[in-house]
Parts: sequence; C-alpha cells; structure tokens
Amino acid sequence: MSLLWGRRILAGAMTLVAAAALTACGSKTNDEGSAAGVTADVSGDTVKVGLLNSLSGTMAISEVTVRDSIMLAVEEINAAGGVLGKKIQPVGEDGASDWPTFAEKAEKLISEDRVAAVFGCWTSASRKAVKPVFEKNKALLFYPVQYEGLEQSPYIFYTGATTNQQIVPGLDYLKSQGTKSVYLVGSDYVFPRTANKIIKAYAAANGMTVVGEDYAPLGSTEFGTIVNKVKSSGAKAVFNTLNGDSNVAFFKEYKSAGLTATGMPVVSVSIAEEEVKGIGTQYLQGQLTAWNYYQTTPGAANTKFVAAYKAKYGADKPTSDPMEAAYVSVYLWKAMVEKAGAFDVEKVRGASDGITFDAPEGLVTVDGKTQHIAKTARIGKIGADGLITEVWNSGKPVTPDPYLKTYPWASGLS
Amino acid sequence: MTAVTPAPPSTTTPPAPADAAPPSRSGGRSRLRAAAGFAFGAAVLFGVAPLLLSDFRLALLAKYLCVAMVAVGIGIAWGRGGMLTLGQGVFFGLGGYAMAMHLKLADAGPGGMPDFMQLYGQLDELPVWWRPFASPWFALPATVLLPMVVAFGLGSLVFRRRVRGAYFAILSQALAAAMVILLIGQQGTTGGTNGLTDIQGFFGYDLDDPVNQRMVYFIIAGVLLALLALARQLIHSRYGELLVAVRDSEERVRFLGYDPASVKLVAYVVAAGMAGLAGALFVPAVGIISPALIGIVPSIEFVIGVAVGGRATLLGPVLGAVAVAWARTALSERFPGTWTYLQGLLFVVVVAFLPGGLASLWALARRGNADPASSRRGWSALGRRRAERAEVEVA
Amino acid sequence: MTVLFGQLFTGISIGAVLLLIALGLALTFGQMNVINMAHGEFIMAGAYTTYVLQQSITSAGLSLVVALPVAFVVAGTMGVLLEILLIRRLYARPLDTLLVTWGVSLMLQQLARDVFGSPNVQTRAPDLLTGNVALPGGLTIANNRLFILALALSAVAALTLALRLTPLGRRIRAVVQNRDLAAVSGIPTSRVDRTTFFLGSGLAGLAGVALTLLGPIGPTMGTNLIIDAFLVVVVGGIGQLKGSVIVAFALGVLQATGEYLTTLSVAKVIVFVAIVAFLQWRPQGLFTLRTRSLA
Repeated sequence: MSLLWGRRILAGAMTLVAAAALTACGSKTNDEGSAAGVTADVSGDTVKVGLLNSLSGTMAISEVTVRDSIMLAVEEINAAGGVLGKKIQPVGEDGASDWPTFAEKAEKLISEDRVAAVFGCWTSASRKAVKPVFEKNKALLFYPVQYEGLEQSPYIFYTGATTNQQIVPGLDYLKSQGTKSVYLVGSDYVFPRTANKIIKAYAAANGMTVVGEDYAPLGSTEFGTIVNKVKSSGAKAVFNTLNGDSNVAFFKEYKSAGLTATGMPVVSVSIAEEEVKGIGTQYLQGQLTAWNYYQTTPGAANTKFVAAYKAKYGADKPTSDPMEAAYVSVYLWKAMVEKAGAFDVEKVRGASDGITFDAPEGLVTVDGKTQHIAKTARIGKIGADGLITEVWNSGKPVTPDPYLKTYPWASGLS
Repeated sequence: MTAVTPAPPSTTTPPAPADAAPPSRSGGRSRLRAAAGFAFGAAVLFGVAPLLLSDFRLALLAKYLCVAMVAVGIGIAWGRGGMLTLGQGVFFGLGGYAMAMHLKLADAGPGGMPDFMQLYGQLDELPVWWRPFASPWFALPATVLLPMVVAFGLGSLVFRRRVRGAYFAILSQALAAAMVILLIGQQGTTGGTNGLTDIQGFFGYDLDDPVNQRMVYFIIAGVLLALLALARQLIHSRYGELLVAVRDSEERVRFLGYDPASVKLVAYVVAAGMAGLAGALFVPAVGIISPALIGIVPSIEFVIGVAVGGRATLLGPVLGAVAVAWARTALSERFPGTWTYLQGLLFVVVVAFLPGGLASLWALARRGNADPASSRRGWSALGRRRAERAEVEVA
Repeated sequence: MTVLFGQLFTGISIGAVLLLIALGLALTFGQMNVINMAHGEFIMAGAYTTYVLQQSITSAGLSLVVALPVAFVVAGTMGVLLEILLIRRLYARPLDTLLVTWGVSLMLQQLARDVFGSPNVQTRAPDLLTGNVALPGGLTIANNRLFILALALSAVAALTLALRLTPLGRRIRAVVQNRDLAAVSGIPTSRVDRTTFFLGSGLAGLAGVALTLLGPIGPTMGTNLIIDAFLVVVVGGIGQLKGSVIVAFALGVLQATGEYLTTLSVAKVIVFVAIVAFLQWRPQGLFTLRTRSLA
C-alpha cells in the first residue's frame, strides 16, 4: 500500500538525524573543563536557596518534617538579618520519592532558579541521582541524613552521621554490654547492605557472631517470617536498618512474637522521635536507637530549637535527628558564606574547614577535607512518653571517617 | 448519520471499544496529510524547540520524547490491539539497563568495573552476564531485542491461553513489580535501588557538555519520528486492520481462520521493542536508570499519557505522553505541595469524560462545525461515537 | 519442626490479610469488572477511622470494636460516592476504571497527607492482641494474627451466607452470572451494582482496621497491598469467593515457605512465576463460572 511512503519518511528522518548529529559535535569524554559551572544569582537583595524534599510519594512520611525544619532555620536567619545582608528566598521543589525527579528538580533549581545552595534529599538513591548534577554544575548540596559512607563528593556537604558516627558507636555500645551475637535486619537498599557489611567486619574483629541477615523490600510490611527466623536464631540483640513503613510492621510483629527489649534488644538507626510517634511506644518502649541528637539532648541551643519548632508547627510535633541536621545545615552554610565573604561555591567550600556551630546536638565542626561534620554519637533508649533518652554518648565529637580508614578491621571494605 | 439512533450509554451494552475510527482507506489525501504532519512535527522538534528552549528545558523535552516513544508502542498494543499493558516499564527498563550497562562499562574503560560494584558488591571481577555488554555490537541491538524476546516469551504463553482484558493488565502489572524486586535484590550487580547512575559518556562524547546533550536530543527526536512512521505503516497495513478486528472481536477473528494470539503477540512485541528503545535513549538523556523508573507507578503513568492523548490514534499517544509529562513538571514546579491533586484530577477528568482523549477534542470540534445538526442534538461524545460504530457495523 | 509450624501459621496469616483485602475486590472486580485502584485508599480510610476514633475513645479494645462497623460504613460510603460520580459512567469500559481510580487514589493519598499529616500515625492495640498463645514445643501464635484470621473467616462466612440466603445476595449472583438476563428479569442492576460496591469497599475498610494491628497507618499504606490482592482474585477466578479463599491461603503459604528458604525478594518472584504457570493451566482462574457467553 503505502510501503514506499514509509520508506521515504524513514529515510528522511534518518537523514535529519544524521545531519543533526554531524552539526552538533561536542567535546569528547576526556576533554578537560568542558562544562562551566552555573553561578548563583545574587544580584538582588535576596539570595535564593533550593529545598529539595519528597512532599509526595512513599518518602513523604519522613521528608516533610525535614522541609519544615529547613524552613524554620531560613526564617530565623532572615529575622536576624539574612546572610551577608541578603534575605534568603527559599525555592521549594517536590522530589516525589522518585530519584530521576530529584535529578530533574536539582537541575532546575541550579540552572533556572540559580540558587546558591540546595538543602535536601533523604534516601541514598536520591543523593546518588543528584550527585552528578551538582558535580557537573559545580553547585552545592547539603545532605542532612545519616548514610552509608563511602562517598565524598566535592559538591556535597554531609551534615548527617557517616558510619563511624552512628553504626560503629552503636556496635561499641552493644559490645560494652557484653552482647556476643547479633541478627541483622534491614531494608533492601544501599544503606542497610553497606551498614551490614561494616557490622560483619566489626563483629569478626571483636568476637561477635552475626547469626543471621535478612532484607525486606522497601515498603514491605510483612515480617512474620523474618521475626520467626530472628526468634529461633537465639541472637542476643538485633541490629535494625529497616527504613520507613517497614519498621512499624517489624516492631508490631516483634512484640506479638513475645520478643522484648530486655530479652533481645533492637538497636535501630532509622527510628527517631517522629517514627516512634508513627509506631507507638506500646511496641517500642525500652528499645535502643543510635543517633547524634534527641529531642531530650541537654543544652540551651536545643531548648531554643525545640521551642521554636513547636511554636511554629504545633506542640505535639517532636524534633528528630535528621530534622536537626537539616536545621544545622542551613546555619553551617550561612557561617561558611560569611567566612568566605561571598556566595561563590568554590569560595564557600574553601572556607568550610573548621567552621563550628553551637548546634542543638552540641558543638559541631565542619571537616573541610571530607566535607562531613564532627558530631557526638549518642545511644538512646525509647521511653514510655515517646521521647528518647540518652544512655551513652561518645564524650566528644567523633571525627568523620566516611571510608573508615582509621579502623584496621575495616580495611577490606573500601 | 441521522438514520441511526444511538443507544444511550447503559450498563447493558457489551463493552464497546472507546475509539473505533477505522483506518482510513483513502489513498492520496491521507498520505499527503500524514506527510504534512510529519514535516510539521520535524520542523517543531528540530527547528522551533531547540531555538526556543534553554538547555535544561530541551533536556526535559528529550526525556518527554522518550516517554512518547513508549506511548507509540502502547498506542499500538492497547489502542489498536486492546491489550492494556501495565508492564511497559519492564521493557523500558530492559532497554535502559542494557544501554546503561554498556555506558558504565565504557566509562570504566577496558578491563574496568563500574564504581558501584566495588563499593557495594565487593566483586573482584565483572559478573559473567555483564561481560557481553562491553561491546556496543551486543549492547545496542540488545536494548531492542532483549525486551522483544521477553515480550515474545511471556506473550506467547499468555495470549495462547487467552488470558486477556483485566487479567492480562493485572498480570503485566505484577510482572513490573516482580522485575523491580528482582533488580533491587541484586544490589551488587545491578546497583539495587540506586540503579545505574552517574553516566559520563555516550560513545566517547561527554554527556556533561550541553552541545552533546543537544545531539542526544536530536537523536531522540529523530528516532521518535521514525517510530511514528513505522507505527503508521503498521496501522495502515493489512495487519493493522486485523489487529483492530482482534481488539473488537477476538472470537470473530478466530472463526475467520486467523490466529488472534499471533496477531496480538506481534503488537505486544513491537510495543516492547519501542519501549526498550525508549529506555535505551532515556539513559544518555537523563543519565540514570533505576527501578523507580520501571515499576508499577511509572508503568501506569505511561498508559495514562496514552489515554489522555487518545489511545487509538497515531499522534494522540505521543502528544498525550508529552502533555502529561510536561504537566507533571509544570504543576509540581508551580504547586509543589498540591500538584498531585491536579494530576489526579487531570487523569480522572480526561479518562472518565473524554474517552477518546485530547485527540477526540479536535475531531469533535471539526465534526461540530461540519454537522451542526448533530451537535445541536446534544449527544454525548460517547453516544455519538457509538452511533458511528453502529453505522460501520451495519455497513 | 517448631519453625516449620511457625512458618505454616505465618503463611496462613499472610493469606488471611490477603484474603481480607481480596474479598472486597472479588466483589467489585468479580461482579462489575471494575479494577478499583483506589481500593488501597479505602483500606487507608479504614485505618484512619480507627485512629480518629481512638482520639475520643480511650479504651483500645472498645475503639477497635467500634471501629470495625464505622470503618465499614466510612469506606463503603466512599465507595458508593466513587461509584455514583465516576464508575457508573465507565461500565462499558472496564479497563478505563483502572486509570480513573488510579487518579482518584493519587488524590485520596494527598488528601490524607493534608488532613492527617505526612508521617505515619499510631493506634493503640488492646493488650490482649499484642500477646501470643504459647503452644507446646515452644511454638507461639500471635494473637493479632489469630484475630485477623478469625475476622477474615467470619467475613467470608457472612458474605457467603448473605450471597446464598438473602434476596440481595440472590440479585448480586444473578447480575454476576448474566447481567442482561438479570436486567430483563426486573432486577435493578444499577442499584445492585451500587450495593455491591458499598459492600466491597466496606470490606476494604474492615481490612484497614485489621491492618492497624500489623502495619503502618499512613497515606501510602494501601498501595503496597492491592497488587497482590488483585492477583488473588485473578488466580482464584472471577465471580466466586471460594477461589479467592483457597488462592489467598495458598499464596500466603507459598510466600512464607519461599521466604524462609530463600529471601523475601526471591519469594515474591517465585510467587509471580507460580502465578503465570498456573494461568497457563487454568487461564480463567481456579474456579470459573460456567456461562455460555464467548467473551
């Protein structure tokens, strides 16, 4: 019929493609310095910053509160006169719990809104998705969540804990309690798998045995089998790296199987005050968590932060570690900009080393080499009121070591 | 037109396909129109868009056009063939992963390994099933053939046993879910939830360079036009008519001596190949492929774009896919907190009240002008189309 | 051995949850061919009903008992609204119901986020339901699982009786078996449809209350569950309940066994392969309604 026609169309299209491809020959991969960074627009009397969190989708349960606390910091800074005399103008975008969307929105914030810095991301997957965007554009991301380490991008500041500030102290605590065997339970993604690798290396060097290891798909809410396995394993403790909704199902199952915090305590690294609220103290009382900040952490800075947060968002809203780390990240950026005397990304990075801030969690110091921050590790116990009280801390801020280079037992890991 | 009284929509009518504009049999004028439309599309994609859009927006358009390629395939399988495939993400993913694996290996250099494998998998050497992808001569054909082979395998099992309609839709959806779980579970070799990210080069060209991004866009636009031409060929061929016949009455086609299973299989496999190609081109355009792009949610969104545009038309799926993707970006930028309401509302309103999609608006408007008498009667769009169908069937 | 029995029970209780969710679908999908993607959000509505009731009823046990009928009505009403506003227009296009209800489900999730906040909320379970029954040999059976199993089985029993014995049930069965013949026999099919949708959606509300004992209560809680539930209905065979019941328990046990021997991810894939294989054998599901129609 019109076969001929189709061929002609096809041939035409191919010619067009070829022509287009020929006229547009850019740099090859090994050319140097091809892409120039986009500079932030600071011409007016405001400076834009990007806020990139999931407001919809499965991750919204965690990320919305992070957005709230970033907004709190921005408002406080603006009320106190802004940064270098300029008011901060926040530009919010929804990452929608979808990693490519995060990359798209990051690109938009950088190249269209020309923001001076972006605050946000939660999951490792979203961070991995935006990392090339920030590196390509030479723009800054402040990432506020504890993560699996093994990363050091020049354009990301990591204000949450890396592994040696959270997981290793958690293990040290278990060891000090005489725990000889642990069962590992985690969600099936990068953080738990990497964390568990570290735990296994630690256990091997410290006379602990890992009696089992199980992963559930993200969002999974069926833990009958895993809890059965945990129960019959005879482990002395559980190290829990589950994320989000799965924690709720896990702890409900844990309790109904008759397992208790005294018999077989669970150390969790993704359960903060906000999550406790969503699970219920009925199921969690007495269980352990490893973080760097709790709502109950003493100090004037924290009293002020908690009061300000509750005044803005409601008295029943708790504060948690990731929220605090996000809040702190805005202040750290401000301090870096002021020390550099400019919003220019390279100058800000150059000024970052040694910046300190009297944060709600205590004094934190930016390590310019790794772009992580030194922070105090704290082990807490969940109380009947839903708050977490500290049972142990590292005494002083722990220097960040994302690749665990200073730990001999971790030599095989990276 | 006036001779046939349309039945009012009622629950007792057997399910009638929403769109049944029969393929135009007339020769010259339709071809001329197609050629003009094609030239117009090419002018917009190659001329106007690159001139008007910033690098960032052009890159976004490239992404939308990849979605549109999937939509062309769905338009054939669903719009013409009646198979609601809710698992196109799987084929998109297969193509995307095949391409990304090759590009990751090319980035790593000869004998190198992708960065994440050492970090998370602690592998000492490349897994066997990665190795062939080092060669572009394997990887490039694989982006299309791999999805087609999988579709052929699944399709020949499923269609032959006459699994169809909602059964097929749910089964294909489960396939997407299973694929995601499988990928995530093999983190050391697939990148897990992260997927394959940070892809630097595209056959030697640096993807960070805006000029090269533009080149990728042109390739994508060209491929999309080529796929459209292919789809037009297919729709207007004898096979295309048989496909519509299978959609409208599978049993009747069987009684006529054809094998509906094979007819459907071809459309399904073609759609899978198009999705695979789209996935492969998505990777250099966006720089990432991950399970988040191939699961149940994106698979449904692919279909929704097609429904919004007009499933049984040639251009409808493409325009719908681009419109929905664009609306998603625009709405979420304008209303970060409430855009999901608007998106949901868009789907509901278009699918429920405009079954022919946006493409039918144009047809309606034209019909309205040409035949004011019928429009004054105030029949619903659906009713009017029913009348047409009845006419066709009587004839 | 203990572990084996423990796993068997886990499988059965997974099946009970699946069944509770699938029952409602078996009605709406089975009778009206409606693929209701918002079914998960009706489950969510049931769970939030429990949460809201607990704000005023302090006794966890009492609030649970009250929540069951209230959630049934709340979710059922939402279902009827959905039916009247949208689905009624789509009976001629069953596959489109999937897309429309998907849009509805997006909006309902966002609504939950705006009304109750993005984070999960908690409900208290009565102490009786957080414990377990100890059997000889160290085996324990969780009370909440027993409760859900009992709830699922009573729902099946009640529904079966209703379908068998009541005039409404007779009408529903007539419409499922032959809609046109039912209509010409004077059965008001559209009213029957609406009632069926009320029942099916109400069952989702019940499932939501039950799930507060097991899992999270948040805006996206429904999305994870319904694909599996749809598979149950598809494999069980449309138009009858017994298929769904058998398949729900079979899938539950299969998944629990697979998960015990391998991992959860692999188990899910095994279940999928088993389903495709099964549909090769019986493409219309385990039990099929015998009709003379060709479609």
